[in-house]
Amino acid sequence: MTETTAPLPAAAEKLSVVGLSKRYGDFVALHPTDLVVRPGEFLTLLGPSGSGKTTLLMMIAGLLQSDGGKLLIDGRNATYAPPWERGIGMVFQNYALFPHLTVFENIAFPLRMRRVPEAEIARAVARALDTVQLPHVADRLPRALSGGQQQRIALARCIVFQPSLILMDEPLGALDKKLRDQLQIEIKHLHSKLGTTIIYVTHDQQEALTMSDRVCLMNGGRIEQLGTPAELYFRPCSFFAADFLGESNFLPVTVESIAGGEASLSVAGRPDRLLAPAGTPAAGMKASLMIRPESLKVGRGAPQSGNVLAGTLAETIFVGGTTRRYVALDGLDTVFALELTRPGAARIERGETVFVSWESDRSVLLPGSEPRA
Amino acid sequence: MSPGTQATRDWSRPSLLAGSLGRWLKVLPIILFLAALMFLPVGQLLSLSFLARDGSWTLAHYARLFTADVYVNVMLVTLKIAAWTTLATVVISYPVAYLIATRSQRAKSGLLFWVMLAFWTSFLVRTFGWLVLLGRQGMINQLLQALHLVDAPVGLLYTLPSVVVGMSHAMVPLCILTMVSVMDTIDHNSLRAGMTLGARPGSAFWRIYFPLSLPGVAAGGLLVFISSLGFFITPAFLGGRFETMITQVIIEQIQEMLNWSFAGALAMLLLVAALLIFLVYDRLLGLSTLAGEAGRSGSGRPSRLSALLSRAGLKICAGLGHVTDAVLFPAFLARGAERERPRRSFGPVVQWIVVLAILLFLCLPAFIMVPVSFTGGSTIDWPPRGFSLQWWQSLVNSPLWSQAALRSLVVALGTACLSMLLGVPAAFLLARETMRGKTALLALILSPLIVPRMIIAVALFYVYARIGLVGSYLGLILGHTVIAIPYVVITVMAVLKNYDQRYDQAAWNLGAPRLTTLMRITLPQIKAGLLSAFLFAFITSFDELTLALFVTGGLTTTLPKQMWDDALLRVNPTLAAASTLLLLLVSVVVLIISAIDRRAKALH
Repeated sequence: MTETTAPLPAAAEKLSVVGLSKRYGDFVALHPTDLVVRPGEFLTLLGPSGSGKTTLLMMIAGLLQSDGGKLLIDGRNATYAPPWERGIGMVFQNYALFPHLTVFENIAFPLRMRRVPEAEIARAVARALDTVQLPHVADRLPRALSGGQQQRIALARCIVFQPSLILMDEPLGALDKKLRDQLQIEIKHLHSKLGTTIIYVTHDQQEALTMSDRVCLMNGGRIEQLGTPAELYFRPCSFFAADFLGESNFLPVTVESIAGGEASLSVAGRPDRLLAPAGTPAAGMKASLMIRPESLKVGRGAPQSGNVLAGTLAETIFVGGTTRRYVALDGLDTVFALELTRPGAARIERGETVFVSWESDRSVLLPGSEPRA
Repeated sequence: MSPGTQATRDWSRPSLLAGSLGRWLKVLPIILFLAALMFLPVGQLLSLSFLARDGSWTLAHYARLFTADVYVNVMLVTLKIAAWTTLATVVISYPVAYLIATRSQRAKSGLLFWVMLAFWTSFLVRTFGWLVLLGRQGMINQLLQALHLVDAPVGLLYTLPSVVVGMSHAMVPLCILTMVSVMDTIDHNSLRAGMTLGARPGSAFWRIYFPLSLPGVAAGGLLVFISSLGFFITPAFLGGRFETMITQVIIEQIQEMLNWSFAGALAMLLLVAALLIFLVYDRLLGLSTLAGEAGRSGSGRPSRLSALLSRAGLKICAGLGHVTDAVLFPAFLARGAERERPRRSFGPVVQWIVVLAILLFLCLPAFIMVPVSFTGGSTIDWPPRGFSLQWWQSLVNSPLWSQAALRSLVVALGTACLSMLLGVPAAFLLARETMRGKTALLALILSPLIVPRMIIAVALFYVYARIGLVGSYLGLILGHTVIAIPYVVITVMAVLKNYDQRYDQAAWNLGAPRLTTLMRITLPQIKAGLLSAFLFAFITSFDELTLALFVTGGLTTTLPKQMWDDALLRVNPTLAAASTLLLLLVSVVVLIISAIDRRAKALH
């Protein structure tokens, strides 16, 4: 786990998870985990299925009892508090709107549980419906609404009692892409308008990058990396992180020497020498060099500065606004570059010799060799 | 596939077999069968009620029915017993159904096994069990005396409570299974969502889960009430003079008075009562809830009447929620305290104690016959005196018993085969095709479950007597098939619902014709479900008493009929041995079915 930002004073913690863990028999759903969430932050738990993100969310909500560790909400120990006393809002994956209650009664539910006076309930529900832009559906039953509308009602039910912490469990998973994009923006606006803290679970990396202040990447019941979207994208700390977020090229290298924060690398099976910012791997170790495809340049002439490798152009694919160029490197896998399409650019034919180049500070040195081909 | 064979055909017209003809071939046999063996006989029996002895039309039988105090009283008693039974059954069934519906798959199938076992164990065996439990020397009386709660044995049998206990006991499994089918459709995130929104468990249950489960409660209650109207075994053995029900009077009219017309009038009354209740239910909730589907109101906006009703209902639920929370989850314990220690919760423990008590209630009356069958004494008493195999010997050595058992076996096998032959094609049609009149067709096929069995039995007896089928294997098999068909169709439809028809489409696309696809693709995948359906039909017949009572004639009895006769003459431990035998067989069959079910689930 890499905590790249400076630690905060204790009072500023909205939620703090200390050594929380969960196992089912032999299967460890969550290894002892620490996590601090700041007030007003939009934090996303991102990971493949089975990575422990939903387990962690359920334990924060109080719907699942942890095996060990503790949980502090606003500095108070809430490890064993039942869900109805936590005052945390939650939006479920399938919305979990109560099918026998009208939209109005669904949204009024948390207020009734808190014995809010009737007149105030009516006002608050109307306000919540306005906020999600569905003021006219109050007396309908949930099943008469479309998926997107149900999602908005679930949001309204969650914000109506003004919780200072909201959990969302893949809330947009069941919607089609266009609606999903739109609701992403709406949730984002709602977040800045209300100023609440949101913990959001998704397995969609695009969604995580779009929405979050910070992303907590999870894998195999552990936190793999925690940081801002840009940190995760440009400074992944492991193969998994680099591979899960976005597209990447990996080159097998050996660290020859480290000087002045810069590592000198040899490439397996080739005479080339490369430079990269020093990472965790020490001199003499085998490592992998990750370069994002948009950092690669492909051209006929070799540039004067930066890292350069020669190869032959294997394929060019036009994808509309961008163009992908695949370059075969002798003794290595094919790498690919992503360029903005320029209509008037000189054409390079398949089979021509080309040079692949990149600025050394755009590459990341990762420990170990690539786990899979 | 040679292309030549296809070239000779004219594909500009639809093939007959694939179209409406094939459809009719699937359902015509079952329609004709039920028409000939149920609707015609029942219609005939009912029409007898309008005939005088000389063959002219009359309403005299109905006049007698409604003027004689005896019969009005019997009707009122029947309704009273059915109402109490329904109330008791629903209250007992709900916690078990709730637990089954909310548990993990493994705990679920474990609990379901016991419910299924109780469901399929003969009413007769369980009624005998209650005799042992509730008798003056019975287990309960001895327990009460040992605890010094009473000084002398109390008369527990032959009272209204003993009948209601016996009947609820018979009905609980059916009620549980009906409720579970509805509760399975409730999204469990609903409860979780309620709790994150601030509802304590009591409020979450009463405001969210309970209203959602109400269709199941209503459906279970309806089935119990209607089945209770047609009961006769339990009141005959556990009730006294004042617990006589309408079906007992029908038996009396036919076996002792030979008054067919009056029996017909009584049958009419019973049938009308049953149908009336169905009608009211359909109006209020819609019959589709019986099949575990959501309520009828398809539109998003509730009607004003139902909105008013549901608002009142929700108020009551809210009140119940507050009470439950105040008792079980008092707020003063929680307020302000930081939660560093897990709170002790007795909820789950209480839940399991309640459910185990109910399961004991379900199974004890059946299992109590096992030790009694090994008694050294000569009466069905608790505890059994000493140990001997004499009653098993007398069971095995008696030609009467062994022939009855053999006859039951043959009839049950015949019934299972015939009902599969008729039911499976119809189930295919009902599960797969969308067509007009499908609901009517389903209602027709399921009607043997709705029409009280006693009416079918009497009607068949009347028809068989004229064409000489009384006392024949064929007559009994045909009759039992009428009753078994609904079980076969329901089971096979449920299996087909889970079968992805794209397997068949893939096979057609790969060149397999219909029949080949059926034999090589469809049947191998659903054979477990078919076996279950076969076993259900088998067990329905093997355990059947009502029809057997009438259409077996004097000498050719089946096992349940022999037990009934024996019990009326003299209750001795041979009966316990026979009950044990029946129980053993049912357990084996239910075990097989649940093993099949588990393997099928593991596959998917």
